[in-house]
Amino acid sequence: MTRTPLLTFTPNGIYCPSGDFYIDPWRPVRRALITHGHADHARAGHEHYLCTDLAAPVMRHRLGPIDVETVAYGQVLTIGDAQVSFHPAGHVPGSAQIRVQVGGEIWVASGDYKIENDGLSTPFEPVECHHFITESTFGLPMFHWQPQSVIAAQINAWWASCAANDQTAFLGAYALGKAQRLLSMLNPDIGPILTHTAIENTNVILRGQGTTLPDTILADGSIDHKVYKGALVLAPPSALGSAWARKFGAQQTAFASGWMQMRGVRRRRAGDRGFVISDHADWNGLLSAIKDTGAENIYVTHGYTDIFARHLNDIGLNAQVVPTQFEGETLDTSEDA
Amino acid sequence: MKQFATLFAQLDQSTKTNTKVAALADYFSTAAQEDRLWTVALFSGRRPKRSITTTKLSKWAAELAEIPDWLFDECYPIVGDLAETISLILPPPRRLSDHSLSFWIKYLKSLADVEETDCKTAILNAWGQLDTAQRFLFNKLITGGFRVGISQKLITRALAKSTGQSEAELAHRLMGKWDPTTTTWHDLIEAEDASADASRPYPFCLAHGLDGDAADLGPPADWQAEWKWDGIRGQLILRDGQYFVWSRGEELMTDRFPELSRAIDYLPSGTVLDGELLVWRDGHPQSFNALQKRVGRKTVPKKLLNDAPVILYAYDLLEWGGVDLRAHPLQYRRALLERACADLSDDAPVRLSPIIPFKSWKDLAEIRSDARNHQAEGLMLKRGDSPYRVGRKKGDWWKWKLDPLSIDAVMIYAQSGHGRRANLFTDYTFAVWNGNDLVPFTKAYSGLSDEEFRKITAWVKKNTQQRFGPVRQVTPHHVFEIAFEGIQASSRHKSGVALRFPRMARWRQDKSVQDANTLDDLNEMLAIYG
Ligand SMILES: [Zn+2]
Ligand SMILES: [Zn+2]
Repeated sequence: MTRTPLLTFTPNGIYCPSGDFYIDPWRPVRRALITHGHADHARAGHEHYLCTDLAAPVMRHRLGPIDVETVAYGQVLTIGDAQVSFHPAGHVPGSAQIRVQVGGEIWVASGDYKIENDGLSTPFEPVECHHFITESTFGLPMFHWQPQSVIAAQINAWWASCAANDQTAFLGAYALGKAQRLLSMLNPDIGPILTHTAIENTNVILRGQGTTLPDTILADGSIDHKVYKGALVLAPPSALGSAWARKFGAQQTAFASGWMQMRGVRRRRAGDRGFVISDHADWNGLLSAIKDTGAENIYVTHGYTDIFARHLNDIGLNAQVVPTQFEGETLDTSEDA
Repeated sequence: MKQFATLFAQLDQSTKTNTKVAALADYFSTAAQEDRLWTVALFSGRRPKRSITTTKLSKWAAELAEIPDWLFDECYPIVGDLAETISLILPPPRRLSDHSLSFWIKYLKSLADVEETDCKTAILNAWGQLDTAQRFLFNKLITGGFRVGISQKLITRALAKSTGQSEAELAHRLMGKWDPTTTTWHDLIEAEDASADASRPYPFCLAHGLDGDAADLGPPADWQAEWKWDGIRGQLILRDGQYFVWSRGEELMTDRFPELSRAIDYLPSGTVLDGELLVWRDGHPQSFNALQKRVGRKTVPKKLLNDAPVILYAYDLLEWGGVDLRAHPLQYRRALLERACADLSDDAPVRLSPIIPFKSWKDLAEIRSDARNHQAEGLMLKRGDSPYRVGRKKGDWWKWKLDPLSIDAVMIYAQSGHGRRANLFTDYTFAVWNGNDLVPFTKAYSGLSDEEFRKITAWVKKNTQQRFGPVRQVTPHHVFEIAFEGIQASSRHKSGVALRFPRMARWRQDKSVQDANTLDDLNEMLAIYG
């Protein structure tokens, strides 16, 4: 006897026949459940959106007027024959793992997640299930993150040394999530913190939701660059080295990303520094998260899927690779998404 | 090791030469002498003798990290460096120590004759007290290859800054056969008599490629023109009744060219010549293809010595009667060189590379176009009143090469690069048409910008037809202009030809696969230039 699995992997994305909804679909659908607001998860064009109340404001900002219903972490909704709830994924503020239950069978689509409490996102909570869909962006044993406090000390020391040399410290980070996390790690005593418009827009939204972030100054055309020698400027990576950035004069640039773990990438990005920090789980984080679900069936997406799935099978789990729309191995697409 | 790791991070992270020089100079002023000596040694390609195989090292690391060997093998190509892969997968250190760089070098040396189990214990013990950055360097001490973009020139600049000695003097001191296990910082850098070692070569004077108009160089009378030979640049040293041959890459090649030993019979001790090592037959220099057989041969069988006899085609005289002539103008050195070579018999393994007389730049351009018929790659232009400089200084020496040969080819396989480009597909295999088939004929991995490599990488990922380990077969679609310096017949290649210095001259996005060249075109080039 065969029956359709609770969640299926279709060309549109992850689909639940019992509830007739998709999770993070790639193409326009009628009903989309969204794990978080990053561009590769929350796409435009769906008829109805469902996400956490914390994720909605950013999604509205990014996607414009959308029909979005929100739900609190842990609140159970019934959609068709399925019971659906959202649980903290710890990836960025408002990010969720989506739990789907029909009868006694439980699936969890975890979206993107990290284990460490970053102080801004609701911390990751393991959710028991039978079937677990996991990302594997950093699913290789050379990825090990150090505690956030250690990286914070490195970044602040670098900033302080730039300031001492009258250089502006440019720190490249994705506008949603990573930028605010870095912001919360900075020591405002070192100097003023400036932000690029793309980042400041997200700051405004998060502050509006009650998140406490250090004070920032919008680095638009009106500021006097000379006043801000020794400042730290948070900017999307694409803005580093641009005409806008060059106006600040003497400067150093740094990138903050999990990929900075690899020397080849550090050197290729050609910044002055690379800080190893990610909003995705590292190798041990992925393995412990998977173990904590108690799931026997693991579906691997995003990243080093083949290798990671093979390893999961080696350690006695029933793992398979499921398609991602983008080929996951690329280091050039932003890891933060 | 912490101090060395800090230095390494500074060098590795900076793209600015001044920052690198400052970091090195600071290190040379503050680090222990033994560590300085080793740092110079490591950055100039000298490394401790390998006491442990990389296979064992990988195995122990995987064991300690509790990952299976296959998983380690998957990680290695992604990281692109074995020492780094190991440093990243190991569990965090138990306790940190701070022993010096030389301590760890001696530590490794002491493992040379130790039982495998003890050796393993010692390595695990070391890993257990080093952080990731230090472990990487520790592993590099074993595997070799400190590639941080630190040129010899940068080292000498930093040393000059730190010691107050001149760069030229320091460059000379760093040349030659010195060994960090037998010399000291004082003997190498500070001692009065730095030329005690008879084999010590002079740093080579290098030329820049001429991209502008030769006429901009000024009056032709100020310049000396020579053929740019297609051989191996070499320095022949005759001192104390011995001979030494150095390559431009600072490799001692004496044993590879035993025929040059007879130079001792023709020229006096205290002579140092700069020239081109070439195969000489029937009164003419032969193409690089003839020399190819001798390259990479550590010992030379008699037959090969007869078939491909090598001479030094001399074009500069750096030392005469034991006196360093480098500060004298080229005309002076040339006059002495011509006198020294005047009476050489035809058996001598040294010959005088001729000067090409010319009246105008236009004449010279015409002469240059005939270079391939002289087995030359083009011309060398040297300012008559110039001293023999250290390294590549702009202005006095120019190479005016012929345009390279080129062919349009189709990319059919792609493979990721190493190090800085480990995450890009940069190594491609190219094919030309043979009827309706595409026949692979060369690989190339340089010549494109990072931006272009990124574009092609994205394309390769979407257009992979098949994978063979790290190699991807891609849809034949993109055409590249492959430039190269020479072509020869090769039975090892399916196409029957092998190219010299192939690289991608241009990505021909304007051309379709059908526009690529054919095997017949290659064979025609082989007939003309092979
Ligand atoms: Zn994602
Ligand atoms: Zn994300």
